[in-house]
Amino acid sequence: MNDTSSSEIKREFMKSRSGLVGIGILACLIIMSIIAVITIPIDTFKQWNNPGNWISYPKTSIPIWVNYFTTEKIPEHVIIENPEIITKDGIISLTSQQFMLDYDYSDFPDGLIYEFDTEYSGSVLLHISVIRPDQTEMLLLSTSLPYSDTKTQHHERIFTTDNNIKKNLEFQSANLDANKNTKSSEMLIFSDANGEVLNGRYLFLVNFYGVNQQLEILDSKLIVGGKAFGLMGTDELRRDLMVGLLWGTPLALFIGIVVAIGSVTIGLLYGVYAGFKGKKTDEGMMRFNDIIYALPALPFLIILAVTISNSIFVIIGFLLIFSWVGIAKVSRSMTLQIKIKQYVEASKIMGQTDSKIISKHIIPQLLPYAFASIAISVPAAITTEAGLSFLGLGDPTFPTWGQILHDAHTFGAASRGLWWWIIPPGAMVAITGLAFVFIGNALDAIINPKLKR
Amino acid sequence: MFGVLMVTLLLTIALVGSNMDVILKQGIIYQVRSEITENSSIVESFDSVKEFEEFVQAQIDQRIKALGLDNPWYSPQRIGFTMYKILILDFGNATFLTSDSGSSNVGEILLEKIPRTVLLFTTATIIISMIGIFLGALSGSKVGSVVDRLTSTFAVISSSFPVWWIGMLMIFLFAFTYHIFPARATPSMLPSEPGYVIALLYHMALPLITIVIIGFGSWAYLVRNFMVGTMQEDFITAKKAIGIKKNKIIYRHALKNAAPPIVTILALSLSGSLGGAIITEAVFDWPGMGRLYFEAISVMDLPIIIGATYVLTVLFLISIFIADLLYGYFDPRVKRE
Repeated sequence: MNDTSSSEIKREFMKSRSGLVGIGILACLIIMSIIAVITIPIDTFKQWNNPGNWISYPKTSIPIWVNYFTTEKIPEHVIIENPEIITKDGIISLTSQQFMLDYDYSDFPDGLIYEFDTEYSGSVLLHISVIRPDQTEMLLLSTSLPYSDTKTQHHERIFTTDNNIKKNLEFQSANLDANKNTKSSEMLIFSDANGEVLNGRYLFLVNFYGVNQQLEILDSKLIVGGKAFGLMGTDELRRDLMVGLLWGTPLALFIGIVVAIGSVTIGLLYGVYAGFKGKKTDEGMMRFNDIIYALPALPFLIILAVTISNSIFVIIGFLLIFSWVGIAKVSRSMTLQIKIKQYVEASKIMGQTDSKIISKHIIPQLLPYAFASIAISVPAAITTEAGLSFLGLGDPTFPTWGQILHDAHTFGAASRGLWWWIIPPGAMVAITGLAFVFIGNALDAIINPKLKR
Repeated sequence: MFGVLMVTLLLTIALVGSNMDVILKQGIIYQVRSEITENSSIVESFDSVKEFEEFVQAQIDQRIKALGLDNPWYSPQRIGFTMYKILILDFGNATFLTSDSGSSNVGEILLEKIPRTVLLFTTATIIISMIGIFLGALSGSKVGSVVDRLTSTFAVISSSFPVWWIGMLMIFLFAFTYHIFPARATPSMLPSEPGYVIALLYHMALPLITIVIIGFGSWAYLVRNFMVGTMQEDFITAKKAIGIKKNKIIYRHALKNAAPPIVTILALSLSGSLGGAIITEAVFDWPGMGRLYFEAISVMDLPIIIGATYVLTVLFLISIFIADLLYGYFDPRVKRE
């Protein structure tokens, strides 16, 4: 046991390169968590497991930045929401919208969806057409909305797989290919005379015609299906992985830090008390320690998670049960060494109470060790939680990195080459662990200078 | 030690017992109902629905009683009986799972799975410890050298990587992107066919490499730290002064002195390897103890859970015991105390 003061530790720590790297990574992670909490509404991540919430996103799409590195430009998934609405009143009223799309990719999009929410009465005619980069106009659809006497709200999704759209397009297509009726609607819209992709600016016009009445568009969006989306891509269930990864950060930090601080505190107090009391108390407490030590931790964690609850807070409690044991052992043996020092004996003779001796003389000496073990036990807690989630035992209400990996494994992401689904979550687990290991090792090297020489 | 064993078993039973009871009772109710409804002559012999229901209930109660399920799981008789059965190594029959050959005897299932786990995980542990001891001794004797720094850095980095994630990456890289190794860890041919051994080794390669890569760093780091302590002792300096070759000092004298803690860790990790690794086995689809455990827990197959926990805890305690004996052999000071 050497007595290093806290200011000395700080000074030594500033010299340790790996320690500073660890602090740097940790700072980044904390900034990420803050960004996640501020920018992503809590509702979005609560909806993580609700497929309805992700319906307008593409399936297993690659991150968009991949396009910067490849010559083949993968079509991006674009969602255009609520453009300006122009209304003209008259005997025949017109409510119209324009969706502008700059298309510059090597492949056709994966279908178009026009989704809208309107409020109207009477009969309304819906007319959708597109002006292509070569200035030709194509009619997509001309249809009427269901008639209603009173004011009603109407919600509808129009897909380009619709047969009417397909028929309309076949007549007008510039594509001279003989077997153009085997092609999908979006291929007909986005192809030139040779059947190649026609790049440029597309303008989708949506007009609602009504007779003597008003129509209001409450919400509308045009979804151009693509194979690339967002900074992190999406998974099989159309979820934006960015949301999961960002929200995983505060969760992982929370789990790791709470478990580490909790287990070190419990272990420290338990070990110090056992070591200080000695004799039968020590014997009994250490036997109990042995029992917990002998329990197979992961199987028991699984049993507990299956039988009792898999709520994240309960899981934290379970992790605590198994993680304080080692620290208790070490702090007990350290206490045994400190206990026989003369100043402890002296204060005992002076009539100091046990609790004062423990808190004034013993615990302060163990604090450096305690801080180092907190840092070192964070990664273990995070990886164990990730492991449990990976087995499908995670809390379904919180998207953790382990759960993303679990889904990736169940949907066979490795065999399908969906690297953006596997690498980022695992890398986040590893980086977070690394930050704490760096900090812990730097502290450890200061406390045990023997290892350095 | 025996006490520890018993407490472990009691805890396992306590955790799984109540759910197990519910599942078993539901099973019986379902069984009785389906048997009775299938046999139309019984159904027709009743006049009212009430009478019929009473008959069914009586049948169910009778069966529950016959199986001893009328006592709750925490009743002394049932716990005592279970414990006694386990002590005489009679694990009984599994409720749901069976071995590959179709037997539902827990002992047979365990005997089928343990060799497979030994094949992969114990082999991996041995390779890891050999590389680790060698690298650790090397870097511990040359503190601050390139080897030492590389080993320490690698140890720190690899310790924060989850093995199963590296496993997924390895499968992604070597099985699907470059078709070097198969993704599934079990060969598709029958054990009796010629060439089975080679196929098995080929299939084993990917998980084995993964486990070794992630494992040896921390081993090397531990051994290094023990070695650094020993290399500073006076007798090593004395030996250096006499002029004994450096390699001889490192591997004969220093390593032997650093041996006790190393042997303890080796014994513990060898016994730990028998439990397999639940998550790693799930990733590589390796049909060992870890997978068995996980399957048993997910369907609440109590006999298997208890049997596996018992066997693993016994092995763990035995290895602690052996480690203690070896400790005494390498460090005779311990014996006298």
